[in-house]
Amino acid sequence: MMEFDAQAWVGAAAVVGAGIAIGFGAIGAAIGEGYTAALANLAVSRNPKISGDIFKNMLVGQAVAESSSIFALVVAILLLFMDMGNATMLKAAALLGAGLCMGFGAIGSGIGSGFPAAQACLGLSRQPAASARLTTNMLIGSAVCQTPAIFSLVVAFILLFMDFSAEPFNPTWAALIGAGLSTGLAAIGSGYGGGMAAGSSCEGVARQPETIGNVTTIMLVGQAVAQTPAIFGLLVSFILIFKVFPETAQIQTAMALLSAGLCTGFGGIGPGLGNGMAAEGAVRWVARNLPSAADLMRIMLVGQAVSQSTAIYALVVSLVLIFVV
Amino acid sequence: MAIEGADIVKAAAFLGAGISMGLGAIGPGVGEGITAAKACEAIGKNPAEAGLLTRTMLVGQAVAESTGIYSLVIALLLLFVV
Repeated sequence: MMEFDAQAWVGAAAVVGAGIAIGFGAIGAAIGEGYTAALANLAVSRNPKISGDIFKNMLVGQAVAESSSIFALVVAILLLFMDMGNATMLKAAALLGAGLCMGFGAIGSGIGSGFPAAQACLGLSRQPAASARLTTNMLIGSAVCQTPAIFSLVVAFILLFMDFSAEPFNPTWAALIGAGLSTGLAAIGSGYGGGMAAGSSCEGVARQPETIGNVTTIMLVGQAVAQTPAIFGLLVSFILIFKVFPETAQIQTAMALLSAGLCTGFGGIGPGLGNGMAAEGAVRWVARNLPSAADLMRIMLVGQAVSQSTAIYALVVSLVLIFVV
Repeated sequence: MAIEGADIVKAAAFLGAGISMGLGAIGPGVGEGITAAKACEAIGKNPAEAGLLTRTMLVGQAVAESTGIYSLVIALLLLFVV
């Protein structure tokens, strides 16, 4: 009887997880690609003679933006059709966590990758001669935007394929769901923020193609800082997955672990977005005012560091929830 | 094994601490990011005032940070006092 119950729960968690993964995972890429298509149309209306180049660039940019939702599709298909092995209640929690992680994790990267693609299309209409530089800059920027989605994919795969059957059910179920939420939610801000920086760098390259070296450099620095909240999320997920928690009958321990995941996850959204905004402003003005590049880099990093502080508070509260209480 | 009222309060306090700090971190993060972006714009337009602009940005961000610190205080209260 008990075995049948676990089997049913695992089946239910797999289908719910698959729905969450692709349902939420489809949001970002669709918005990002729609935005790209919108600005590509604007670009064609401004400069119809190079519509072929704009069309090609649009498709390449959209293909990169699509990858995050393809990750979500892969996780959903695995959840639906994978052989789950011996069914335990913990497996059900892990599958649900995997779905949540990939579903939320694909939102930011999908939207974010749309910004550089869209600005590159618009930039082509302004500066057709810089098309090679624009496309290169777009590809670098949108590839970095995908990292948070890749973090989510990694955590989702670990949750799908690791064997948790030796661990006690009670606190571990919350740790696994918390692990999924932590990386998944934190990826939203970092993906979106990284995209903002990449978008304004494509705009800047189109405006002043000769500034590409400085613009790409400050874009990458800004994006790297904007990734930090997603890395905090990944760190907390790894602790929650790989730390062995002693069995307990109490509900507090489980809630503390779930809460740790929620805290770093939600806490990463704002700083990720904020760091991206700061980077967007800095990149935009490096392209317009190259002599001030050093000042702009400095103030961007100071501003990002302050914006990062709340993500660090969230990380500290999560670590206290995991290790102290 | 019986779960008592005090256990549920403690469990809810832990969950509340995470939600408090997690959601509370969104606003300051975004707000300080907007401040930094606008400060970059201002320096781009008027590089001579970089020092003054950096100071203004930091003061503005410190004010925006206060709600994040409130969240942290409430989270720590929920963790260690309740």
